[in-house]
Amino acid sequence: MAKVLAFSRILRSLHNTKYISRSLIKCQHTSAPLQCSSKTQPLPKKEIVEVTFVKANGERIKVKGKEGDSLLDIVVNNSVDLDGYGACEGTLTCSTCHLIFKKEDFDRLPDKATDEELDMLDLAYDLADTSRLGCQIIMRKDLSGLEVRVPATVNDARS
Amino acid sequence: MRQLLLWVGHTCNRLRILPQKRFSSSAASTPKICIVGSGPASFYAAQHLIKTLPRAEVDIYEQLPVPFGLVRFGVAPDHPEVKNVMNTFTKTAKSPQLRFIGNVTLGRDLSLRELRDAYHAVLLAYGADEDQELGVNGEKLSNVLSARRFVGWYNGLPRDTDLPVDLNVEEVAVLGQGNVALDVARILLTPIDRLKNTDITEHALEALSRSRVRRVRLIGRRGPLQVAFTIKELREMLALPDCITVCKLQDFEAVRPLVPGLERPRRRLTELLCKAADSSPSGDLDESKRHFHLVFFRSPLSFYPSPDVPHAVGSMKLVVNQLDGQQQAVPTAITETVQCGLVLRSIGYRSTQADPALPFDTGRGRVPNISGVVHPGLYVAGWLATGPVGVILSTMTQAFGVGRAVEADVCSGRVDASQARPGHTAVAKLLSDRGVTTVSWKDWERVDAVERSRGEKVGKPREKIVDVQEMLAVSVGAGGT
Repeated sequence: MAKVLAFSRILRSLHNTKYISRSLIKCQHTSAPLQCSSKTQPLPKKEIVEVTFVKANGERIKVKGKEGDSLLDIVVNNSVDLDGYGACEGTLTCSTCHLIFKKEDFDRLPDKATDEELDMLDLAYDLADTSRLGCQIIMRKDLSGLEVRVPATVNDARS
Repeated sequence: MRQLLLWVGHTCNRLRILPQKRFSSSAASTPKICIVGSGPASFYAAQHLIKTLPRAEVDIYEQLPVPFGLVRFGVAPDHPEVKNVMNTFTKTAKSPQLRFIGNVTLGRDLSLRELRDAYHAVLLAYGADEDQELGVNGEKLSNVLSARRFVGWYNGLPRDTDLPVDLNVEEVAVLGQGNVALDVARILLTPIDRLKNTDITEHALEALSRSRVRRVRLIGRRGPLQVAFTIKELREMLALPDCITVCKLQDFEAVRPLVPGLERPRRRLTELLCKAADSSPSGDLDESKRHFHLVFFRSPLSFYPSPDVPHAVGSMKLVVNQLDGQQQAVPTAITETVQCGLVLRSIGYRSTQADPALPFDTGRGRVPNISGVVHPGLYVAGWLATGPVGVILSTMTQAFGVGRAVEADVCSGRVDASQARPGHTAVAKLLSDRGVTTVSWKDWERVDAVERSRGEKVGKPREKIVDVQEMLAVSVGAGGT
């Protein structure tokens, strides 16, 4: 167990230095840290995937990423203009990377949300049945063409 | 004039290609905005303003020599991930449009009037750092403390460094059931090995390593459905090693039938509480473990001195409450006494009125505002505007909204930016005349580097400097490493 903890600490420190290791961090939150080791081995050439982010004002932003990228990675790597998106940098401690999926897409996402992800989603605005955190969605080839809705964060202008 | 306003309006469109020369002779194209405070509300508002008003100058004045407010001094040391927002804030701070001026206190070094004269718009985001007292007998006994000051103590807030907290006690009562209450309970019950590689201050780590605390009660005046903490923090508490969560099953009897009808966030939180109650030990407690008690329907009536240390608290009397039809706590005639060698009060926080010229609602402890607007030219963001509620997402959302209000007022001419204002030039002169030492972002980076390097030597992300004079010395390159 200590080893696993040490490993996740290393992952975290790696992660803190740059965005791109975020897909590795994902392993922290699964019960099978061994999956991480397979990622360090050479992988076949990654396929390009496409994602469209639809903002609350209707603006559509179509960008490219690679298989294995999280949706948060894709936002960051493409400098998609979404204010405040991914504040905790993919460490499952905020809900600023909240996205709403179409039902059919939601159902075919590879992993179901963990309790920890649902805990964070519970604090999101505009929570829907098909809400997920972008940092937890790892892109695969068959998800290419995905279209996701970015909820308006500002609906809480309390006085 | 109309023409001018139109031009000012142009600076607000996100068009970055503008006829530079035309503007260079006219300061009207430079809206000057200052923000007081440098926590999340401040940085998120600044981020919005820099992006949408590309010609604006945004100056952030901070009371301490170091930035980030509650991200540095509030977020628990064992939650390093939450502090990742500092990376985004740093990016904002490095914008050529932004200037950080640390070690400047509104109401002491500068008046609100002076800031309003120097800037087109003033946005206050200095938070809510005064805690609500209970107003019961014995509250002045030693070791009856504000939970927020206890947080400041372990997080290195200069004014709380010398907090007289005595951990040579077994029983602790935390009054309140929000995230601050849960944070202090967790820090008190966490095995010390889990804290020593965090950025917790050295003095707190040392005191916690000698702590005799065995039992922490988190006491709320109402029931499980009214807790204010969030589910992540509760889940963390339930998973704490060598610590057992204790609840009374009867507190949940009235709650269980209501669970299926609750909105998802409250439902999941309540389900987890019910689960905790179900696995709560019945009968004698395993005294080799530490215990975390969730105590509901109780309000403090008075504190009593300890028989061993007469000036310190030793026990408290609680009254048992019931909920009325409006779900408010109503005291019954039943009372009980519990042992507590340390009491941490976390029943609410309020902002202070930093300057007499600032409109202020003394009752609620905040500045009256409509969506962050006090009146065109004066704005409030974060907890000063909303009261101390919500997680960082709520503050971010609110602060972006206030940023938009400032943007709209500047663009529409409600804030008249057609006349040049001196901005920082005037304020810098005032500060220098008054002998105030200020800290720039570059200076802070020196403090940051020294803290990190001191931390590295002891296996921590940073060793915070807790003394303002030392911060100032290090910020100018003295007293290094």
